[in-house]
Amino acid sequence: MELPLLHLALVGTPNSGKTSLFNALTGSRQKVANYPGVTVERKEGFFVTPLGRQVSIVDLPGTYSLRGRSPDEEITRDFVLGKASGEALPDLVLCVADSTNLRLTIRLLLELKRTGRPMILVLNMFDIASRRGISVDVARLAKELGVPVVTSIAVRKGGTADLLALTDEISAKLSAEPAENSWRALSVAELRATQREADRIIADCVSLPARPDTLTSRIDSVVLHPVGGLVVLALILFVMFQAVFAWAQPLMELLNSGFDALGDFVHATLPAGLLQSFLQNGVISGVGSVIVFLPQIIIIFLFILLLEDFGYMARAAFLMDRIMGGAGLHGRAFIPLLSSFACAIPGIMATRVIDNKRDRLTTILIAPLMTCSARIPVYTLIISAFIPAKDVWGFINLQGLVMFGLYAAGITSALVVSFLIKFFMLRDYAPAPFMLELPDYKVPRLKSIAIGIYTRAKMFLQRAGTTIFSMMVLIWFLASFPQPPAGATEPAIDFSLAAIIGKALEPLLAPVGFNWQIAVALIPGMAAREVAVAALGTVYAIEGGKEAAEQIGQVLATKWSLATALSMLAWYIFAPQCASTLAVIRRETGSWTWMAVTFTYMLVLAYAASLLTYNVAVGLGAG
Amino acid sequence: MTDTHDTRRKMPLGLAQRGYTGVIQHLSAGDAGSALSDIELESRLIELGFVEGARVEVLHEGLVGRDPIAVRVDNITIAVRRREAMAIIVA
Ligand SMILES: Nc1nc2c(ncn2[C@@H]2O[C@H](COP(=O)(O)OP(=O)(O)OP(=O)(O)O)[C@@H](O)[C@H]2O)c(=O)[nH]1
Ligand SMILES: [Mg+2]
Repeated sequence: MELPLLHLALVGTPNSGKTSLFNALTGSRQKVANYPGVTVERKEGFFVTPLGRQVSIVDLPGTYSLRGRSPDEEITRDFVLGKASGEALPDLVLCVADSTNLRLTIRLLLELKRTGRPMILVLNMFDIASRRGISVDVARLAKELGVPVVTSIAVRKGGTADLLALTDEISAKLSAEPAENSWRALSVAELRATQREADRIIADCVSLPARPDTLTSRIDSVVLHPVGGLVVLALILFVMFQAVFAWAQPLMELLNSGFDALGDFVHATLPAGLLQSFLQNGVISGVGSVIVFLPQIIIIFLFILLLEDFGYMARAAFLMDRIMGGAGLHGRAFIPLLSSFACAIPGIMATRVIDNKRDRLTTILIAPLMTCSARIPVYTLIISAFIPAKDVWGFINLQGLVMFGLYAAGITSALVVSFLIKFFMLRDYAPAPFMLELPDYKVPRLKSIAIGIYTRAKMFLQRAGTTIFSMMVLIWFLASFPQPPAGATEPAIDFSLAAIIGKALEPLLAPVGFNWQIAVALIPGMAAREVAVAALGTVYAIEGGKEAAEQIGQVLATKWSLATALSMLAWYIFAPQCASTLAVIRRETGSWTWMAVTFTYMLVLAYAASLLTYNVAVGLGAG
Repeated sequence: MTDTHDTRRKMPLGLAQRGYTGVIQHLSAGDAGSALSDIELESRLIELGFVEGARVEVLHEGLVGRDPIAVRVDNITIAVRRREAMAIIVA
């Protein structure tokens, strides 16, 4: 008879390697990184044990106790206690520990035992523990704790063999009888007692060498130096933005000429007409103009993934805590904000680790102000068209400097907005505590970085192929129809729907220096920021007529004034041009109101910033 | 634990300088003036391993107001603000 599905759950303190184990067992590619609080959702996966048992395993957010202080910890608590709606209790809980740091997990395990669920203690990261000379008397530990104990190395091939074997052994003799759940929230005295008990057991079963991780302390003496640390942080961000420009350039040019050649080929092979125009102007100029930014997006992700895997994120939070505190946030919020450089959506999800509701809400509201990678195409396009690529002070690329300035403007405005929110809306506010484990540094693993980049690149291309492509079809259609009447002398596009819509909106946007082409591009740009670039590509390509092989950047340089270009940059620092972000804000705050608030305040800021930039620039003679 | 600890003066960890090493004597959440309730603060500190008898060392401090501090508690490093660290009485 087929045995029923075996339900496993991964529970443990943050950063102990639960998701790494989950990935190793199920072959999935969930996000792994070296800081506490990476996983904020429950994720289910499936695998088959060596003896052929079908298993469902659930990865959960890390937690120090079952009290459920923040939304992510509540997910874990509810799952373990069977409070999650429609969820079966796990048949077997895998309590995952970082072997170099057993105190907190063993305390958690003593608390978990009260839930009555069958359990295994998994001593993960056993490779690091062995390297440091930590030795664990596994048999004795199992006896003292009253649960089976097994070692594992989640990131090494075959590192979970013992765990799998033990799972088979235990699942064969699991009783169907429901065990009693005697868990209730622990009092302070009970917490203390469990920690004491844990410390006693560790003293009996684990021998720690006298040498701590000297590499981590040496790096930290520089990276966490009160002044030096901030300099290092600024330097890292600065190098990141320089790299986005300097390293990506050759590849982007290659892609660019590739798309140009493709456009020329289509132009030459197909007869002039709608199909030729659709392929050349709509698809190749539009979608192509976004895809050329892939190298830049990969570089920014590479930096963020390296920082995350190395263990720097928690340090950045430490350094920024007081500075963020001045704006009414706490350091913990810096990690979601830094992730928002890649994309605001995971950034907003990551705020689940923030326990204080108001802190979390403020962080959600300002996360979209951080410069996400979707702004890169817009920024780069305008910067390369209008800012000369010369070096200042001999070594700093001026274009990179402007890019850095735009990122800085994003961060600064996020802090200012947060300050204003705290000041006007959440007055009676006391600073929430900042308590964060600083994990030991780990050498970033090539494989996980490669997987991370691959997934992001795939996502970007998928978006180019779906959202951006369909928006382009729409824009191409609007810009091509209705066709001009016979004998018309004006450019064909002037008769199109796009021109009609754009010109209707133009008076609204004229004060900020936007022409009707920009107005049209901003509408599909509400779906996703990069779309605006593609839309401009298409509109100008159609307007340019048959010889439109010119690159969009060159077109802009001749069609826009510098003031318009700068105004557009200012607009994109703030504008709420991303439907998915707004949807996530609605989901995470559980309210349409906050979504509307975000949308409105960002739109107002965008308009105000553009208005100011445009008028100052015109006043200075850049009109 | 050396016996110098018995003779050293008790003080809150929140006042300790960088380089300070000591042993936790007790927790006194009421003195911290944290935004958290006393029980909540004490629970969290215990969950992060701040219990009586644990060895602590102040490894790093931030720039502004020398806050927050990075504290070695046995063999892990925890960042806390000085305000919350006032609840940890060491000697
Ligand atoms: N050397 C080594 N590193 C490991 C091992 N398991 C995990 N890691 C690393 O430890 C870090 C944390 O791993 P995660 O799997 O993200 O930890 P987690 O428990 O899911 O963390 P949260 O989701 O934040 O609770 C990552 O940098 C992993 O690469 C292991 O067995 N050996
Ligand atoms: Mg995880």
